[in-house]
Order: sequence, then C-alpha cells, then structure tokens
Amino acid sequence: MGVWIMAGVTFREAVRKKVLWTALAVGFLFLALFGTGLHYQVKDLARANPVIRRQVPNGILMVGLYAVDLLAMVITVLASADTLSGEIASGTIQAVATKPVMRWEVLLGKWLGFVGMMTVYIVVMVGGLTSVAYLLSGATALHLVRGAFLIWLESVVLLDVSLLCGATFSTLTNGVLVLGLYALAFLGGWIEQVGAVTHSPRAVEVGIIASIIMPSESLWRRAAFEMQAPLVGALNISPFSNASVPSLAMIAYSTIYLTVALVLALRSFSARDL
Amino acid sequence: MPSPESLASSSPAIQTRGLRKQFGGKVAVKSLTLDISRGEVFGFLGPNGAGKSTSVKMLLGLVTPTGGKASVLGFPAGSIEARKKTGFLPEHFRFYDWLTSAELLRLHGRLYGMRDVQLRKRVPDLLEMVGLAAHRDNRLRDFSKGMMQRVGLAQALLNEPDLIILDEPTSGLDPGGRRLVRDIIRTQRDRGATVFLNSHLLSEVEITCDRVAFIKHGEVLEIRRLAGSVENETAVCVQARKFGPEILAGLGHWASGIQSGDQQITFTVASMEALPIILRYLVSHGVDVYEVTPQRLSLEELFLQIVGEDGGL
Ligand SMILES: Nc1ncnc2c1ncn2[C@@H]1O[C@H](COP(=O)(O)OP(=O)(O)O)[C@@H](O)[C@H]1O
Ligand SMILES: [Mg+2]
Repeated sequence: MGVWIMAGVTFREAVRKKVLWTALAVGFLFLALFGTGLHYQVKDLARANPVIRRQVPNGILMVGLYAVDLLAMVITVLASADTLSGEIASGTIQAVATKPVMRWEVLLGKWLGFVGMMTVYIVVMVGGLTSVAYLLSGATALHLVRGAFLIWLESVVLLDVSLLCGATFSTLTNGVLVLGLYALAFLGGWIEQVGAVTHSPRAVEVGIIASIIMPSESLWRRAAFEMQAPLVGALNISPFSNASVPSLAMIAYSTIYLTVALVLALRSFSARDL
Repeated sequence: MPSPESLASSSPAIQTRGLRKQFGGKVAVKSLTLDISRGEVFGFLGPNGAGKSTSVKMLLGLVTPTGGKASVLGFPAGSIEARKKTGFLPEHFRFYDWLTSAELLRLHGRLYGMRDVQLRKRVPDLLEMVGLAAHRDNRLRDFSKGMMQRVGLAQALLNEPDLIILDEPTSGLDPGGRRLVRDIIRTQRDRGATVFLNSHLLSEVEITCDRVAFIKHGEVLEIRRLAGSVENETAVCVQARKFGPEILAGLGHWASGIQSGDQQITFTVASMEALPIILRYLVSHGVDVYEVTPQRLSLEELFLQIVGEDGGL
C-alpha cells in the first residue's frame, strides 16, 4: 500500500513541479528542430539516387533517436538525483519514514513513480520522433519497440544508480557521480567501436570494461542495432555501425546490474540514519 | 489469558534501557534509561546539541541505536506496530511545498492506512483545530514557519495516536501558536494519550509537563516531577563567614547544587526538614551565620541550575 502512495506522490511531484512538462517542452523543441532539418534534407535529396534518398533519412532518424536517448538519460538523473539526499538533508523524509510504512516501500514507491514518468517521456519522445521522420521522409526504425524498450532499460539503470548514490551522498556528488559514470560508458562505447573497426582487440576490451562498470551505453548501442535499417548499418552512413554490437549477454548483464543496484539502494536506505 | 492487544495497552508508553547513540567518535546520547507511563506529559529539556532529537529519533526508528534497548507502546521502538499508534512532529517540520495543506494531511493519513471516507471528516477538523481552515487549499510554498509548524502538528494527530512525540513544537511559533500547542497537549492528555515533548526553552508549554528530564551532553542529569514536588524542592541562600571547602563538602550529606561565593553559600534541599540540621552543622563547625533565606525555585532557575548558564555549549 505504502508503495503505491509513494509512487503516486512521486509521479505527481514530477508533474506539479513541472519537471515532466519542462522535459516535454524541451523534447518538442528538439522535435521541431529535427523535423525542420529533415524536411530540408529530403528536399535537397530529391534528385539523388533512390538508395541514398531512402538511407540518408534513416541515418538522420538514428541520430535523432540518439539525441532522444541522451535527453531521456539526463532527465532521469536530474529528476531523481535529489529525491533521497535532498529529502534527508531537509528532514522532509522524517515525516514519511515515521509513518507505519517500511523504508523499502518508500523507496520502491519513489522508484515506481520515476519509472512511470520516464516511461511516459520515452514513449512520447520516441513515438514523436519516429512519427515525424515517417511523415516527412518515410524513414522507419526496424525494431522500434525493442529499441524503445532498451532505451527504457537504460533509463532504469541510471535511475537505480542515482537512487543508490542518493541514499549515501549529497545531491551534487550524486549527480556528478552518475553523469560521470554515464560519460565513462559513453566514451568506452566509442573506444570499443573504433577499436572494432581498426581491429584493435585491446581497445575493444577497454570498451567492454567500461560497459561492465556502467552498461548504459551498451544498451543504447544494442537499441541502435535493433532499430537501424540493415543497409544503414552496413554502409556505415550513420555513426552507429554494427562493428561491435553488444551481445544479448550484455543485456542480461544490464538487467542483473539494475536489479542489484536497486536492491542495494533499498538496503542502504533502510539501514541509514535519517 | 490477556490478548496481545491488552498487554500492549497496559505496557509503558516508553521504556528505554541504556539507550546509546554514537556518530563516529561523537557520543550524542550516552545511556538513556526512561520509564514513561501511559497518559503522562513528559518534557525532555536541554540545550541545543544535548541529544534530544537523537533520542526521539531512536524511539521512532529513524536512527539505529549503537547500544541499549527501547520499547514504545509495548512494541520494539521503530516497529510498524509502534508507529501505527504514534504521531510525530519533527524538528523544523518541512514537506513538499507543492502540496496544499489539505493534500499534505490526506497523504499522511493514507500513509497511516486511513480510508478516504475517514479523511474527508478528519482533515478539515484538524485544519480547523490548528487554525488553518482558511488556508486548506493554499500551497505550503506560501506558508510561514509558524504555519508549517501548525500543519506539522495536525499531521501528528491524524491517527488519534496513543503517543505523541513533539520535537521543539514551540520553535517558530508566536504566543498564539504556543498557546495552541499547550491546548493541544492538554486535549491529548485528557484523551488519555501520552505526550513526549523535546524543548530547549521554557515557556508556558513546558510548565504543563507532569515530569521533566534535564539532559545535557547526551546524559540525563535529573528527572523531576513538576506537579507538586518542585514546591518541596527548595534553594537556600546563606550569608556566612569562616567556611572552608571541607565544610562545603560536608554539606553534600543534605544538600545538592552547592555553590559558594565570598560570603555566601547556596544549595538546594529536597525538603525543608534538612534545614535545621544543616544550620546545626554549620554553627557547630564554627561558621558565622548571618542570614538564611529559603527561596522557592522556579522551573527556569532549575533549568539554568541544572543545565548551566552557558546553555551547555
Ligand atoms: N547525523 C549526525 N551525525 C553526526 N553527529 C550528529 C548527527 N546528529 C546529531 N549529531 C550530534 O549529536 C549531538 C546531539 O544532537 P541532537 O540530538 O540533534 O541534539 P538536540 O536535539 O538536543 O539539539 C550534537 O552534538 C550533534 O551535533
Ligand atoms: Mg533537536
């Protein structure tokens, strides 16, 4: 019961404090920019050969999805970084934690609220972007649902790490830490890609180690692989070649990772002094 | 055989044995042993940093003790069963400022497991009681510190608790607010509830306590019954000459809080019966006594005497 009350209040907080609306407003601004760019690109490609004419918009769609992914991850961290550390610092959490609810119910409820908010955001943004791309250029993502699910999974990974760190560190430390890990994974992903293209197994290893520390980027790259039209990948038109596609084992690992992070967050929040 | 329910309601409101909390190297609460019975209004008085908040946080399960035991309403301190019947006003009450006061109370009511039908009546009643009926649909963002404190009091009473723990309830309140706190405490006591009150100051509120404990540097220095016994407790001021430290030490048999000035000794006796004995003792040891003045001790003097003028800082 406590779980659902906390989930509701967390989701409502995102709505009332305008986090969700601001994020959506930024998202729509981004969609407008994307649509305008794509519109002119399609016009200027009118006389190019049909393969190019089909594949370039597909490549642009992938770049757009990448930007949506980035936006979603930043919003996940910004929205959740403060929820534990901030409420512990201000003492707000005391009124809740002394009610007849378990600590884990409080945190799991918050988690559900954020997951709900991010689900809405990802569905709206991925749906909006692919619709714009389809209407303007006929470009489509191959396995859209699979891709969107992996983006969602990536968001949950970051949410869990943000809650775990938020149960221990201050808001600022937490934000810097989670975004830092995200940047590390991002860098590792590119090192792995380049390493695969240039046949440098040690560079690939570096990338894999980075994605073990923080699997967010490998989830995105698997998502890109699922959504990308085969030809785009093969021709390397988009920056998301399938030179080194994260395996299904990597997805399984990410699922374990996010579960462990959530369990650790619940435990550390339950044990700490408030 | 008594049911667990009736066992619980005959158990003390609060019982602690050697309760201790240490933050790293810093001892916040040394060894707290308290027995507070049902229906008592208990004041926990001491300067800032004395360990009052840490003590109540241990009772509520917010802070894990480093040692000792505590039970609340017959259940382990911090357990769900104990919390069901407890209301708590945290120090510096704050909550999501995007909620209205009525929404805040509904949310907390639901956390207590109350139903919407119950809350439809209870929430307006409580807002009325704390004088916020006109502000029920205003966001907490626009509330003053005193108004927040009033909302905080209301949320502590939602579940008609058997135990109400108030951490510095009068801080930030104007005289009207302080009277409100006093009235609420009385109403709750008349209902049969136990009230545990933390405070670093003394006002008309603290004076309504049945018993008070004075705490400083994490230690309870003294527990006094206020109703009645303070009148018996008497401070005495003696103007005298020719007394030395060994004479003062000997006074310790009958008096406490012994202090001496140039030509003056002050001490406290538990009963006036001790006074003639002390006088005989002084005179027979060659002290010249010029004047003996018993003084009725006010709670404030008691506080300063026990806690020290420096406020323990
Ligand atoms: N979380 C904490 N970490 C470290 N020290 C703390 C913590 N909470 C309280 N203290 C210290 O414990 C002592 C008692 O604090 P507290 O219980 O808040 O006192 P009071 O409520 O009587 O003003 C203070 O010296 C305070 O600095
Ligand atoms: Mg305090």
